[in-house]
Amino acid sequence: MAPKEPIVGAPALRYEGEAKVLGRAKYIDDLHFPQMIHGATVRSKFPRGRITAIRYGEGVPWDEFTIVTWRDIPGENTIVHLLKDHPCLVEEIVNHPEEPIVLLAHPDKALLRKAVDAVTIEYEPLPAVFTIEESEAPDAPVIWNSEAGDSPNVFKTYLMEKGNVDDVWASADYIIEGEYSTGAQEQLYIENNGVIAEYTEESVTVWGSMQCPYYLHHALQLAFALPEEKCRVIQVETGGAFGGKEDYPSVIGCHAALLAMKSGRPVKMVYDRLEDMAATTKRHPSRTRHRTAVSKDGRLLGGEIEFAIDGGAYVTLSPVVLSRGTIHAAGPYNWPNLRIRAKAVATNCPPHGAFRGFGAPQSIFGLERHMDLIAKTVGITPEELRRRNFLQPGGSTATGQLIKDPIDLNGMLTRALEESGYHAKRAEFTKTNPTSPIKRGIGFATFMHGAGFTGSGERRLNSLVAIEIDDEGSPEILVSSTEFGQGTNTILCQVAAQTLHIPYKNVRIAQPDTHRVPNSGPTVASRTAMIVGKLVEDASHNLLTCMRASGLLEETYTPEQFCHAALAYKQKHGELRATARYQAPGDIFWDDDKYRGDAYPAYAWAVYVAEVEVDTRTYMAEVKNFWALQEVGKVLNPVLAKGQVEGGVAQGIGYAIYEKCVWKDGVMANNQMTNYIMPTSADLPPIHVLFEEVPSIHGPFGAKGIGELPMDGPAPAILNAIEEATGVCFNHCPLLPEDIFDKLANPTSISADSSQLQPAVAGPVFSGTTS
Amino acid sequence: MSIITFTLNGSQVSVDAPPMTRLLDLLREHLHLTGTKEGCGEGECGSCSVLVDGELVNSCLVPSLQIQGATVTTIEGLGEQTHLHPIQQCFLEKGGAQCGICTPGMILATHHLLEKHPAPTLDEIREGLSGNLCRCTGYMRIFEAVQQTAKLAEAGK
Ligand code: FES
Ligand code: FES
Repeated sequence: MAPKEPIVGAPALRYEGEAKVLGRAKYIDDLHFPQMIHGATVRSKFPRGRITAIRYGEGVPWDEFTIVTWRDIPGENTIVHLLKDHPCLVEEIVNHPEEPIVLLAHPDKALLRKAVDAVTIEYEPLPAVFTIEESEAPDAPVIWNSEAGDSPNVFKTYLMEKGNVDDVWASADYIIEGEYSTGAQEQLYIENNGVIAEYTEESVTVWGSMQCPYYLHHALQLAFALPEEKCRVIQVETGGAFGGKEDYPSVIGCHAALLAMKSGRPVKMVYDRLEDMAATTKRHPSRTRHRTAVSKDGRLLGGEIEFAIDGGAYVTLSPVVLSRGTIHAAGPYNWPNLRIRAKAVATNCPPHGAFRGFGAPQSIFGLERHMDLIAKTVGITPEELRRRNFLQPGGSTATGQLIKDPIDLNGMLTRALEESGYHAKRAEFTKTNPTSPIKRGIGFATFMHGAGFTGSGERRLNSLVAIEIDDEGSPEILVSSTEFGQGTNTILCQVAAQTLHIPYKNVRIAQPDTHRVPNSGPTVASRTAMIVGKLVEDASHNLLTCMRASGLLEETYTPEQFCHAALAYKQKHGELRATARYQAPGDIFWDDDKYRGDAYPAYAWAVYVAEVEVDTRTYMAEVKNFWALQEVGKVLNPVLAKGQVEGGVAQGIGYAIYEKCVWKDGVMANNQMTNYIMPTSADLPPIHVLFEEVPSIHGPFGAKGIGELPMDGPAPAILNAIEEATGVCFNHCPLLPEDIFDKLANPTSISADSSQLQPAVAGPVFSGTTS
Repeated sequence: MSIITFTLNGSQVSVDAPPMTRLLDLLREHLHLTGTKEGCGEGECGSCSVLVDGELVNSCLVPSLQIQGATVTTIEGLGEQTHLHPIQQCFLEKGGAQCGICTPGMILATHHLLEKHPAPTLDEIREGLSGNLCRCTGYMRIFEAVQQTAKLAEAGK
C-alpha cells in the first residue's frame, strides 16, 4: 500500500541534516589517516615566463621532505578537461600567477609553510595579457596557440544565426547599441578545496571535497598512466562548491596523489583561504555588445550580439561556459533575426572556471540591462517592452527550439509585479526621489535557464544509475551525483521512496565512490533533479518490475512486505539491483556544427524584482527587498527549493553590488574574506520566493532544474533598479560605491562615457532618448 | 609546551600544547573535536565560533593560553543524536543547514543570540548572526530557524 501522504513535494528533512546540525558530518579536513603527512604547493609569483632555475634555500631540512616536480609524473603531464593544454605541473613555461611548479610534503605543517617560502623560482619574463581587450588587440603577444583553438589567443568561438539579420537594419525605426561587462566572482564556499590521497600497490585513491568524482577519476588515469580500476575517487561531505569544485579537484587531487606516490604515505592537501582564493577558479569576466533593430512600437526586429569571456591561461571548461552563455544571451524573447558571435579568449590570469550559472549570468546581465535601454529609447516601459517580445508557446528560441511547454511569461510578469507592488512603488519613488538624498528604485529582469547539459551533452554523458537492496532490505541509490548543500541526497531519496511506495526514511543513498557507484554524470548544469532524478525514478520502476516478475511482490504492499520481498529475492538470486541509463528523448535534436536545435530538454523561467536605495551622500547602494518568481516544474521539496533560490539570490546580490575581485597583473589582490566582501546576514533584504509549477515530462514527477537559475536574475534586476533610482545607467557589475561615486559626483565622466544617460546609439534612424 | 586546563562541554580537560596554539587547533587536532570548522583563519567567517565563558568567539583568533580555567562550549556540547538541542532541531526542520560547514558556528551564534535576546526581532537576528558567513542559504531559512526556536522556548515556558 502506498504511503498516504505524497513524499515528493513534501518538506522531507535533509538526508544528512542531522549529522550536520550535530557537527558530526565529516569533511575532508576532519579526517585523519595513520601515517598521514601534509602536502603544499610552490607556485609562480609572476604571470608568464620561462623557468631558468629552481632553488631550494638554506635552513630547511630538505632531506626530510618529499619533493615532486613534473619529472615525477608517471603518465601525461596534464589535467585533462576538454583539451590537454593544462599541465599538472609546469615544465618550463609559466602561464599565470599561482601556477603550480613544485609540490612538497612533510609531517609538520608549520615547517612545510617555511619550506614553500624557501623555494625560489628564477625565470625570464615573457610578455603577458590580462584582459579580453589586451588579449584580442592586434599587436597582442600570442600567449596561447593550439590547433584545437580557433585562432591565436582564442580558445573557442561560436556563431549562432537565426533569420537574416543583415536585412533588418534598413527597415528599423531604432538601432540601439550597448556594451555591458561583468567581473570575476569568487565562489567562496566556506570549506576550501581539499583532498587526501593514498597510493598503494600501483593504485591510487583520493578522498575529497568535490562535485564530480569521475572527472578526477579520469584525470588520475592520465596523469598516472593507470587503468580505470586502479584509480578510485571518493567524495566526502563537501562544504559548498557552486562550480568551484567542478574542475579544480582534478588539480589538487592529482597533486596530492603524486606526493602520496613518492612519499609512500597518505597525503592531506587542504588549501587555506588565501591560497584557495588566489589559485583556484572563479567566474569568467565577460563583455557583451548588443546592436539591436527595433520597430517604433517596441518589437525586436533583429539583433547582433557579441559575447566574450576571459578564460584565463588554459582552456579548462571555457568552451562549455561560453556555450551556455551564448545560448542564454538571447533570453526569453522572440528574435526573428539574430546573430550571436561568441568567443573565449586566453589571458595570463589563473584559469576561470565553473560557477553557478556557467556563463548565463554574464550574458543575461548584458541582455536585461540592454532591454531597459531599448525601452527607454523607444519610450515605452520596461514592462511593456518585454510583453511585446516574450516567447510564447509555439514560438521558437534563438536556436530554433520550438516552445512546447505552456509557459505564460506575461502572467508571470503580472504576478511578480503585483506581489512586489511594483507600479505603486514606481509612482511613489518618482514623486519622492527629487527631494530626497536617498534615491529609491524598483527594477526587474525576466529570464530563463536551460536544465541539463547543453545540446548533445546528455547523450554523450550517457549517465547510468543503480538501485540496490542492502542487507536490511532497504533500497540504496547508487549515483556519482554528489551532495554539497543543494539537496541531492534528499530529493533523490524522495523520488525513489515515492516510486517504490515506501517511506522516505527507508531509502539510503551511497557515498559517491567510483569503485561502487556508476557514473551518473557530473553534478553540474542544473541536471541532478531533472536528469538524474528521472533515472532514479526509472531505476525504481525497474526494481519493482523485477520484484513483481519474480512473484515475490504483490500489486499493492506495505513497506514491510516490500522489505521481505526484497530480502527473499536477494536470498534466492544473491543480489537485487536495478539500473537505468539515459535515453535521449526522441523529439530532441541538436546540430553541433550549426549550433541549432533543442539546446536543452527543458527551461526554467523567472521574473525577479529588486527594490533598491542609493544614498547620494555615501554612494552606497542597498537592496531593500527582493521577489523571486520562477517556474521550475514540480517542486520536489519546498524547503530545499526555497533555500536554493534564496542562496542563489544572495550570491547574485553579491555579484551585483559587493563582490569585486581586484586584479593586479593576473594576481587577485584581495584574496581574503576581509577585503573580498560577500553579503552577511545584515546586508541582505527579505527574499520572497514564489513558485509556479508546470510539470515537465523530462523530469521525475515533472521536476526541472533549479540550481543555477537564481544566479541569473539578481544582478540585472538590481542594476535596472539603480538606474530607475538615479537616472544614471551603469553597465558593469559588480557596482561598488566608488563606481557610483565616479558617475554621480563627476558629471563630466557621465558625458564623456557613451554608456551614460544617453543610450549609446548608432545607425541610420535612431531618434531621441528619454532620460 | 604547557598544560592548559579548562572546562569543555561540561567536563574538565587538560591538554599539553604550546601556549600559542590556536584554540581551533587545540579542539580539532589535540582533542579531536572536529565539529568546529576553519573557513578563513582570520576572524572573518565565524565557522570556528565557540562559546568561551558564554561569549561567542572565533576560535581561530584565540591562543590557548587565554582559555586557562575558562568554560568552553562547542557544537559537540549542545545536543545528542537521540536528543537534538532545540536550535539544532529547528535548523534541521527549517532548512537552516545546506552544505553544513557554517552550521556548527551558526548554531552556537544562535545560542549566544538567544541568551541575550530570548525573543529577538528580525533585525536583532540579522545583526546577531552577521559575524557568521553562510554562502549557501542566503540566511532566510536560518532566520526562520532562530525564530522558531524562540517561539518554542516561549511556548514551553
Ligand atoms: S576560521 Fe575563524 S573566523 Fe573564519
Ligand atoms: S550551509 Fe553552506 S555555508 Fe552555510
